[in-house]
Amino acid sequence: MKKILTANRLSDGEAVWLAADHSWVERIDDAEVACSEEAREKLERAGKAAFLKNEVVDVELIDVELVDGKIWPIRLRERIRAAGPTIHPELGKQARRPVPVAA
Amino acid sequence: MYRYDEFDHAFVKARVAQFRDQVTRRLDGEITEDQFKPLRLMNGVYLQLHAYMLRIAIPYGTLASRQMRVLAHIARTYDKGYGHFTTRQNLQFHWPALTDIPQILEDLASVEMHCIQTSGNCIRNVTADHFAGAAADEVADPRPYAEILRQWSSVHPEFSYLPRKFKIAVTGAERDRAAIQVHDIGLHLKRNEQGELGFAVYVGGGLGRTPMVAKKIRDFLPEQDLLSYTTAILRVYNLHGRRDNKYKARIKILVHETGTVELTAQVEKEFAALRDSELKLPDADIRAIQAYFAPPVLPARPEGDAVIAAAVADKGFATWLRRNLHTHKNSDYASVTISLKGIGEVPGDITADQMDAVADIAERYAFDEIRVSHEQNLVLPHVARADLKAVYDRLVEIGLATSNAGLVTDIIACPGLDYCALANARSIPVAQEISRRFAAQEKQDEIGDLKVKISGCINACGHHHVGHIGILGVEKKGTELYQITLGGSGDEHTAIGEIIGRGFTADEIADAVETIVETYLSLRHDKSETFLAAYRRLGAAPFKEALYGSEAKAA
Repeated sequence: MKKILTANRLSDGEAVWLAADHSWVERIDDAEVACSEEAREKLERAGKAAFLKNEVVDVELIDVELVDGKIWPIRLRERIRAAGPTIHPELGKQARRPVPVAA
Repeated sequence: MYRYDEFDHAFVKARVAQFRDQVTRRLDGEITEDQFKPLRLMNGVYLQLHAYMLRIAIPYGTLASRQMRVLAHIARTYDKGYGHFTTRQNLQFHWPALTDIPQILEDLASVEMHCIQTSGNCIRNVTADHFAGAAADEVADPRPYAEILRQWSSVHPEFSYLPRKFKIAVTGAERDRAAIQVHDIGLHLKRNEQGELGFAVYVGGGLGRTPMVAKKIRDFLPEQDLLSYTTAILRVYNLHGRRDNKYKARIKILVHETGTVELTAQVEKEFAALRDSELKLPDADIRAIQAYFAPPVLPARPEGDAVIAAAVADKGFATWLRRNLHTHKNSDYASVTISLKGIGEVPGDITADQMDAVADIAERYAFDEIRVSHEQNLVLPHVARADLKAVYDRLVEIGLATSNAGLVTDIIACPGLDYCALANARSIPVAQEISRRFAAQEKQDEIGDLKVKISGCINACGHHHVGHIGILGVEKKGTELYQITLGGSGDEHTAIGEIIGRGFTADEIADAVETIVETYLSLRHDKSETFLAAYRRLGAAPFKEALYGSEAKAA
């Protein structure tokens, strides 16, 4: 199963994902996808370091698929985190740019 | 209403300064998340899916206009222009940055508000009947006792680290509008044969994973013994409540496992030792707190009937009068429910502009008092009947004149998976869809009183167990599935709803609710037989048959 690393930013709680350059990005599309055990461990190590540096909290590896080359979280919960509340399309990340419909 | 004294001001101010320092130290990395998390929770700060969430205490659901205006200011300045009233009479903001929260707390403190004990394993915000101090059927106002409990329980050194959270509700009328039998302690304020005030005491009610109806352990507790008896209950709970398993840690489990007779004996034993201690409430103290809650001076306004008679040609107004009023002690007045359940809207949500407008209306027409109901509506407790049309017209202007109090579209729903980190399924979209299905006023009126309550997880913030129709969202094989319970109620005849059968998908759930309602309409004796009464007479069978057909027969 493919994985990406997600967390919430400490200062404002914003949902973020770890990118290939180890920065935390606000768009799920920019997340680094780990396809091997080795890559997953690398993500986890980077997440732990960021947690210890007080950049992020609630660090978690989540399951994703690639659909037409785009990251698609398996769980609805993670799709909603990536977009924003389904009841308020005008709020959250989905309001900033088009994001695939969560549900 | 209650006004902070010097001690209260200093206490809340000190707490704001303390939390400001804690946030600074956290952001600077001086304290870890493990150290910080319990501190932020003690100040009502949660982390949810998209952002932090701040839960603001509204003691016994009572607000003044100036407080509502500060909530509007916070919504506008630090959040996304709206707030969400909850089933515990609190208000939640779903988008604040941690860096802004100390300033938000300072703004709240300026109008005697805070977020203390809105989370954590402590005694939470004490809730009360939203018509307290106004309802015609009330024996006495329950809020002075809720305030006494609030003062006593605030950072109570013995009860700040209980096995689990602890919720107390107080009602002052036979008709229970505070759902006291599904609280850890429920207090029913009443008079004995000598005319003295006291409480029937219920213990061990609760919803969540293991729903339980509270047991009455005292028929009459004299008012001066309120704190000693409550302390006795909490001592027994604190000592014997389970700390090994979070899911078995609430007092309801202790009551269930110990047995009501034995638990009552333990409480009475503690009480005997405490009864004549410093916890005994001096009469003068009770009267001093009661004085804060003295009802406003209500001038005679006998012209109400004439004003209403002249206005009822307005069909919308007539419908609103029929549904959204509650009988006031003073016949020139009424209590008004401001529905936060517009058709297809988010239950409990209110915009900053609406908050300001409600504050203006309350100031001009309602003696500056606003209440929050556990059903996620607002209430103006004291409105002259002669002013009802004016109030209605202003509510129409701000989109808050929906005439559905107590009807099928007056749905309770928790925030669910659209916001909440604990949720397994969404609640609000289900509420919105049901609301749209039953949008027609005539249809709703025809159905009559019907409480639909929706939770997005087993923790049951949406009180689904006590919904006449309860809906629980779960996650099954990666999709949302909704389980229906029927026959629950959260009043003086509290009952836990029964699961009717297999769950329904998000696409099916509104159809299922329609089927249930149509079944009721076809089987009720007449319009006077409510959904709940009909369900109690008929049982689950006809509803199962309607929902599952041959499948139900086979089972």
